[in-house]
Amino acid sequence: MSEVLVLAGAEESPLRDLAAYREAGGYLQLERARAMSPQAVTQELIESNLRGRGGAFFPMGRKASFIPTPDKVAKPIYLTVNADESEPGTFKDREIMLRVPHRVIEGCLIAAHAIQSKHVYIYVRGEYLAEYESLQAALGQARDAGILADVAIVIHRGAGAYICGEETALLESLEGKRGQPRSKPPFPAISGLYASPTLINNIETITTVPKVLEVGPAAYAEIGAPPDSTGTRVFCLSGNVKRPGAYELPHGITVRHLIEEVGGGVTEGRTLKAVMMGGSSFPVMTPGDLDTKLDADSLGKKGYFIGSGVVSVVDDKTCIVQFALRIAQFYMHESCGKCTPCRVGTRWLVQLLRAVEAGTASEQDLEVLLDVCDRIIGKCLCVLGDSAAMPVASCVTKFRDEFAAHLAQGGCPFGHDSTLDGLFAPVDQHAHVAVEV
Amino acid sequence: MSELRDEIEQVRRDYPAAAHSAVLPALRLAQEHYGWLSREAFEEVADALDLTPAYCMSVASFYDMFHLKPVGRHMVEVCTNVCCGLVNAQAVLEAFESELGVGPGETTADGEITLRAVECLGGCSTPTVVAVDRRYRQSVTPEQVPGIVEELRRV
Repeated sequence: MSEVLVLAGAEESPLRDLAAYREAGGYLQLERARAMSPQAVTQELIESNLRGRGGAFFPMGRKASFIPTPDKVAKPIYLTVNADESEPGTFKDREIMLRVPHRVIEGCLIAAHAIQSKHVYIYVRGEYLAEYESLQAALGQARDAGILADVAIVIHRGAGAYICGEETALLESLEGKRGQPRSKPPFPAISGLYASPTLINNIETITTVPKVLEVGPAAYAEIGAPPDSTGTRVFCLSGNVKRPGAYELPHGITVRHLIEEVGGGVTEGRTLKAVMMGGSSFPVMTPGDLDTKLDADSLGKKGYFIGSGVVSVVDDKTCIVQFALRIAQFYMHESCGKCTPCRVGTRWLVQLLRAVEAGTASEQDLEVLLDVCDRIIGKCLCVLGDSAAMPVASCVTKFRDEFAAHLAQGGCPFGHDSTLDGLFAPVDQHAHVAVEV
Repeated sequence: MSELRDEIEQVRRDYPAAAHSAVLPALRLAQEHYGWLSREAFEEVADALDLTPAYCMSVASFYDMFHLKPVGRHMVEVCTNVCCGLVNAQAVLEAFESELGVGPGETTADGEITLRAVECLGGCSTPTVVAVDRRYRQSVTPEQVPGIVEELRRV
């Protein structure tokens, strides 16, 4: 079964008009859900085993079930939707907001009903202007048509900070603070926005909700790679591939199928060197693993992550040290500065990788690189540090020969021919903490 | 009451539980009015939200899209993260540098155009992505750069 669900009706052109969305069956599931008890809606989500599409892959229904019912708490209950999409290689949430904004709104309203919330905040990254406008227009139409009923939906725009995609940093930002992650527990389900119970879901997850109800939880649980990776996924294919794009396909297709059949293969005349799998935050995939299925279990068995559904092709014209360096620079720039291993560690990674690239590092520095990664992973409040360390460590271990070649030659074996040559970090911007490297 | 103050009062209503949640939208409005966030802009935002200017500055300094120094009338932001980089974002950035005669983070001498190199803009399937006055241009090639600059100089 390779049915399009999340982007259904918008395969050719965006489905932005309310009447057109209704013609395609839009808002029928909201009506159905509102006729059901909130617990019954949550139960359907649990049965479908719909999992979070933001990267953590947590079962959405279970997360919703953690929210206390209004009779148990004297505080408002909040739904916050995470559309702070900033993970390098990820552009699915953007496509969703542009192409099916009403399905986003319908998903929000169904989820709000499931947790008995009257307050919804959709946090959209600040750079997404057209996406904000698309969502705002759909929201206006829905409001005018009386679809929101007594639920208030507010679109809150970020202002440029990758870390605000981390759920507790998002809450801090939504409270008008610097976006620094909180210590957990307490978890947002108990103490989230304004210390109130808060459900946080990625926008793709929320947009899948109406479709889960439409096809039915049991049928949904059959799609893709059950039992754990059910349903479809809007995969983000990019990099050195002939037909990049956002492709909604069921979990369980292989990486090779996505790159070769769907994407038309690697750019003419080039060969595949690595795949940025799941996003920039995870270990890179080597060509030998291309037949791995795109589901959490199959990827997990080989040490990979499905992340936000990113498959970015890196070809043989790319220096892997430059690739690791560019990723490390990104995390150095985006580290919020709260935890020392991440704040300092990401800088060390950049310094060491620069030395490798320049050919001035020693063999021992490669061990230091791995040691620094080890001293970051699992030692911070959030996973931003891990996200810097995992791809770097994987590049060093999987492409050790190429790292060693830099040291042996006293410089980059690609000369200035690597695609990423000279691609520096955005030094002009104020990073969250002062950058002196 | 000033127009900005009116707009901030308006946006404040989106956050009935806590006015400080309106800091980001209020700072954005102030920046839209003045082009950047001056000391006066911070005072105005703080006053409208019953906060201190220092608090508003501490928040603004965390976020990349707030300008704490004056910037050009137009803004050109080139994505330089890996996905655009794999398809040669560097050449696009260099084309802007030579066309404008400034480096990333700098503004042309006439105060017209600021060039920035930015992190992933989320347009990875259409590299290179360039945000021109916040609007995304996709699949931008170095050859298109003179045309974009000329367009900006005209408006």
